[in-house]
Amino acid sequence: MSQALAFPTRGQEDFRYADLAALEPLWPVAQQRIVLAAGERGAEAVIHTGSEAVARDIVIELGAGASFALHLLNAGQGYGRFAVQVTLGEGAEFTLGAAQLAGSGQVLEVVTQVTHAGRDAVSRQVVRSVAGGKGTVNYLGKVRVEPGADGTDGEQSVRAMLLDRSATANNRPELEIYADDVKCAHGCAVGELDANALFYMAQRGLPPEEAKKLMLQAFVAQAFVGADQEEVLLEAALAALGKLV
Amino acid sequence: MLTIENLHATVAEKPILRGLSLSLGAGEVHAIMGPNGAGKSTLGYTLGGRPGYEVTGGSVTFMGQDLLELEPHERAAAGLFLGFQYPVEIPGVSFVQFLRESLNAQRKSRGEEPLSGGEFLKLAREKAALLKMDMDMLKRPVNLGFSGGEKKRAEMVQMGILDPKLAILDETDSGLDIDALRIVGEGINAVMRRPDKAVLLITHYQRLLDYVKPDFVHVLAGGRIVRTGGPELALELEERGYEAVAA
Repeated sequence: MSQALAFPTRGQEDFRYADLAALEPLWPVAQQRIVLAAGERGAEAVIHTGSEAVARDIVIELGAGASFALHLLNAGQGYGRFAVQVTLGEGAEFTLGAAQLAGSGQVLEVVTQVTHAGRDAVSRQVVRSVAGGKGTVNYLGKVRVEPGADGTDGEQSVRAMLLDRSATANNRPELEIYADDVKCAHGCAVGELDANALFYMAQRGLPPEEAKKLMLQAFVAQAFVGADQEEVLLEAALAALGKLV
Repeated sequence: MLTIENLHATVAEKPILRGLSLSLGAGEVHAIMGPNGAGKSTLGYTLGGRPGYEVTGGSVTFMGQDLLELEPHERAAAGLFLGFQYPVEIPGVSFVQFLRESLNAQRKSRGEEPLSGGEFLKLAREKAALLKMDMDMLKRPVNLGFSGGEKKRAEMVQMGILDPKLAILDETDSGLDIDALRIVGEGINAVMRRPDKAVLLITHYQRLLDYVKPDFVHVLAGGRIVRTGGPELALELEERGYEAVAA
């Protein structure tokens, strides 16, 4: 998964759905390292809503009992790729809450590899993606539980909402487990906005765009529950939704 | 207020309404009764403009406008409220937010000023009290985790807040226990029994009509009105059944 200097090909799993033409000028991507010693806590919120293409490669190492929460709004107008590699020590906790909002012709993706290296670590990933027009949203996420990492609790909740039949979502939650006593849950769904709800809302007077925005806002908000900067993230997401709907 | 002439409508290319005509004047309460499959709910959805309910003939005039030309949200802003038989759950969106945005969208399209948060809450509290609904329930996501009866009561609270000219209430009485039926009936009277408003009650049973006294009762069968009478017609239906009365 580490982004080698050689430019990737589509044959590499983690780049299967990437916009390689947009990635090329950004290559090689510099790694950003976040290292937390035992017992430390940290959080970061990343909001990308600009017009330029972006590729980030974030490596997070969590010592015993450390915890880190990464919240991400991937909603720029160009290509947006966020690769996140996390290694959890004993009893560490990692939270990822990511929302992606892709309009026509855009590719947005979150690619994660979360390694439970010690016992009793917890990882929670909540990814909510919305794609309209010919937009594409991807989530490729692997949870790896190393031998001896018993008591692991790993969760991936991945949902995508397609606003048009021309939009695409590629969601691939993956588990690789080498320990025995492990709790790993993953849920993955791709759907459309509920037509019954849209009519119900229209019947009460909401124009279709407003109704869609309200429902999508609620959908995206699931990724930001509990974030330090929840309000800021929601506000930025709402502004980006306005452009999408 | 509402004039339906020779309305034909299909659902999935199947004709359901076949030449339905009906006229409601201001200040009137009409009840439509009829057996399962007669087209009662289709009438409500067609008037509300639900996608998939296609009008293939006839006309509907509402307050002087061609109703069928309007989008569903425009029909709402024009003063049409449809009480759903099965109110829809909307996760993550609170009643308060949903209704305030809905009401303000209606007001905006009528050229009225939006209500502030405080003004809206005052209005919502007043209408919730009318239907004996705890205001805290309106802070919860729309209809989520509500019992059947609570959903119907919430529909009536919404009707109170939105203050429509015409309410089409599709089996609002189903799923209600006796106390809730009385509360809902009184709520309908309080909100809609006005000289400038009208109600179309779609129901299977006479019991709601004990509380909301209709001026006219219509029997819908085979996609058209086959009989019209006064309140006594509902009692006759209850006694003798649709088959005998509609034949």
